[in-house]
Amino acid sequence: MEPTDAELIAAVLRGDQTSFEPLVVRYQPRVFATARRYARREDEVEDIVQEVFVKAFQKLASYRAEAPFEHWLMRMAVRTCYDFLRRHQRNREMNFAELSDDEGEWLERLGAKSDTSPDAAAAKQLVGRLLEKLSPDARLVITLLEIEDRSVKEVAKLTGWSETLVKVRAFRARAQMRKLFAQMQPEKYL
Amino acid sequence: MNVTELEKRLMDAARADRPSDRVPYAFEKRVMARIAALPVVDAWALWARSLWRATVPYAVAVVCLAAWIHFSAETMAPADQIAMDFENAVLVAVDESSIEF
Repeated sequence: MEPTDAELIAAVLRGDQTSFEPLVVRYQPRVFATARRYARREDEVEDIVQEVFVKAFQKLASYRAEAPFEHWLMRMAVRTCYDFLRRHQRNREMNFAELSDDEGEWLERLGAKSDTSPDAAAAKQLVGRLLEKLSPDARLVITLLEIEDRSVKEVAKLTGWSETLVKVRAFRARAQMRKLFAQMQPEKYL
Repeated sequence: MNVTELEKRLMDAARADRPSDRVPYAFEKRVMARIAALPVVDAWALWARSLWRATVPYAVAVVCLAAWIHFSAETMAPADQIAMDFENAVLVAVDESSIEF
């Protein structure tokens, strides 16, 4: 029978470093999926995930077991991703007016027939570019609220922000999104 | 289709695109190697190091203080005079109030 999270954590806190490895194996797919929402390059994703687990190891003594270990770890993952976004605010001021051929085609097809399933790759690329132009706060809140479909309460817990702050940031983020969307000039394609 | 609807469709597309949870081969080994390489924080070592670092500034401060005491001793007022001045300063309020009565 596999040891539980609590048993593994207790062993690590007693000084057995190797007991941390099963925890890494158990939770790394979820942390990778989270990191891939915020970083595009695979080497950046790997760096984020590594940072999450190193931080988790260093702060393990502060884990109070009031919530499952997974929740504690995911909070750390989201905050690490947010720090990553703040460190890599490159190219945000670039004009968003130019769309690639695929993206323009995707919009045209979407405008022509609303019931067709658009090219997922072009849509993904377009959303990715839109999100990259948002500020770190806005990107985090849009990703968690709109894309991952989480509640305000959950977002507050994950980010460490108050519920009011989450709502304020969500409002600003949506305004930023609309502004970027207007820059894209979708009426040209519809 | 209006822009709001288009925006909604875009978000739906993003929602449908779940990021992969694929893990590179033996990634946990890399994490464990990184953890093993972390410097061990020893509180006693930190304490001892800061004590050693403080040695020279403290020694300099002691020498300066000793020199100052030594060279200013001759110019200082005698101890009796200092005591008298102190007593006068403390009792000046009492003396003034007794004059008023």
